Amino acid sequence: MRIVVLAKPVPDATGQERLGPDGRLDRTTTAAVVNGNDEYALEAALKLVEASPDGGEVTILAMAPANGPETLRKALAMGATRGVLVTDPALAGSCVVSTVRVLAAALRGLTYDLVLAGADTSDGGGGVVGAGVAALLGLPYLSYAARVEPADGRVRVHRITATGYDIVDAPLPALVVATQALGEPRYPSLKGIMAARSKEIVTQSVADLDLGGAEVGGAVASTRLVDSHPPAARAATRVVRGPAVEAAREVVGFLVERRLI
Amino acid sequence: MPGAIWVLGETTATGMAKISGEIATLARALGAASGREVVGLVADADPSATATSLAAFVPEVLALAVPAATGHAVVPAIAPAVAALVERESPAYLLVGATPDGRDLAGTLSALLGWGVLTNATGITWADDGPLVEMSAFGGRLLTTSAFTAERGIVTVRPGAVDGAPLAAPGAVRTVSVTATVELPQVAITGREDAAATAAPIEEARVIVAGGRGVGGPDGFGLVRDLADALGGAVGATRAAVDSGWIPYSQQIGQTGKIVKPALYLALGISGAIQHKVGMQTASTIVAINRDPDAPIGEFADMYVIGDLFEVGPAIVAELRARAG
Ligand SMILES: Cc1cc2nc3c(=O)[nH]c(=O)nc-3n(C[C@H](O)[C@H](O)[C@H](O)COP(=O)(O)OP(=O)(O)OC[C@H]3O[C@@H](n4cnc5c(N)ncnc54)[C@H](O)[C@@H]3O)c2cc1C
Ligand SMILES: Nc1ncnc2c1ncn2[C@@H]1O[C@H](COP(=O)(O)O)[C@@H](O)[C@H]1O
Repeated sequence: MRIVVLAKPVPDATGQERLGPDGRLDRTTTAAVVNGNDEYALEAALKLVEASPDGGEVTILAMAPANGPETLRKALAMGATRGVLVTDPALAGSCVVSTVRVLAAALRGLTYDLVLAGADTSDGGGGVVGAGVAALLGLPYLSYAARVEPADGRVRVHRITATGYDIVDAPLPALVVATQALGEPRYPSLKGIMAARSKEIVTQSVADLDLGGAEVGGAVASTRLVDSHPPAARAATRVVRGPAVEAAREVVGFLVERRLI
Repeated sequence: MPGAIWVLGETTATGMAKISGEIATLARALGAASGREVVGLVADADPSATATSLAAFVPEVLALAVPAATGHAVVPAIAPAVAALVERESPAYLLVGATPDGRDLAGTLSALLGWGVLTNATGITWADDGPLVEMSAFGGRLLTTSAFTAERGIVTVRPGAVDGAPLAAPGAVRTVSVTATVELPQVAITGREDAAATAAPIEEARVIVAGGRGVGGPDGFGLVRDLADALGGAVGATRAAVDSGWIPYSQQIGQTGKIVKPALYLALGISGAIQHKVGMQTASTIVAINRDPDAPIGEFADMYVIGDLFEVGPAIVAELRARAG
């Protein structure tokens, strides 16, 4: 079982993101971590390979700025076999269309049975890249997986719906979007952290990719940021202390005041 | 004639998705501001019922029957036909709900058409002859406005961006057909499973009472449910509560759960971590009960009750019941 996990380095959600003079996120100075939702995909990939009778390998694929390798080390420490990092100054400011084209082109150069993506990215992504990559590569697309079961050259997925699950099925290779329901990501072990230091991270630039003539990068971005600002502060918080019965009366009074009951 | 604004209608198990009416209403405002035509599109195995529902909100709805959608995942089935129709009719902008199917469709169409996508819009205005799309980034610490660089694009819109308002007189449904020029691999639906305990859906609830780790266990959710019943609301939860197995994943609110925008969000034993906050911060009124005077949720709640939820919670239920008589 050969699996590629699409994993995006994103600004650490607990950090203070900085915007460059152009109003775009300055990805070179903000500490990056692997997008949390992509860790669920990685965990699922590692479990599938561990459970596969003939073993396999997990490749992490990321399009990110040049400081990406540091972020990918943690994914390697969790147990991935190798990393592929597409990085190029021309890709700064890329839109979804470029991201999808670049990831699809990088995948054309890899061998895999299954591609796993995350449900969305925490830095403003809208959960659309996985579908786009599948469409460009002509891969069956199985999204919102709560369970992934490959067998006999096919993959069966429990897709989360409003009322439960649709059980969907398609031939491999396929692209599956992982969710948290697949299970908590493991912490890297000390052994894993040591081993990650010597694992391979292949770096590619746009020139290394087979883009089939398609244009990519910030210069051809389909979207642009017009403005960004912090939200207006919410009105001051009313703090309530004291005995439960009085507090409850105050809460109910507040709900009445706001016409909520 | 400048390109139209299209609204892509979505079908759920119980009829048209509520969000389709919302984005149609939003599209009408953009149509009025831009002088562009607003057209609905419903593509499905049998689009007629949803097309009729959508016509309550837009003057014209295209109904595109895609037989392949029967027994198959809907997006890979309809996307090639929708892309072909877009190429033939050349609308300029496509509005889709930021729902699971809506996201899948937006991503697929973006790749097939080579169009840009702006995601999770909380509002759209019209300026400089194009839509200005408002989004919230980094867990709401930043609001951004973005635009397309060419005169075309796809926008996914969050639930609750506007209230859906039907037209005074419903629009017309027109049946269309098209020959797709690309093929996507189809994904068969071989079965369905209902979740063990399907609770009331939270996406469209006006009131949500949510429990976190502080609720302490499945029994604690009994109190959350009592409060939800007394307030006529649905039950939500944090990931900590879901991971503990106290309540199904379908009720999780936050980055990896659902994004909700109720009129009232009552939080019990929830600290207000950034990944939870992104899912509920746009609630009109937030009331939190927490025994920690310094929990982060106190910084963005409208009312913050410092106290034990097992004392304050039942007292609120009693007070509500007393009022109801
Ligand atoms: C990639 C990623 C995605 C995530 N996605 C989500 C998501 O979608 N949704 C989500 O919710 N979280 C998500 N999280 C987890 C998030 O970071 C927090 O861990 C989680 O929200 C905490 O849940 P909690 O508030 O219930 O628990 P805690 O943070 O443990 O808070 C419990 C609170 O209960 C209070 N309390 C305890 N006992 C009582 C009592 N008797 N009376 C009153 N108050 C009491 C405590 O003071 C405390 O503030 C995600 C994390 C990551 C890394
Ligand atoms: N730059 C990137 N590098 C690698 N994977 C990515 C990148 N951007 C998006 N993805 C993948 O696509 C998923 C959805 O991203 P998004 O559409 O940005 O929310 C993510 O969870 C990742 O798995």
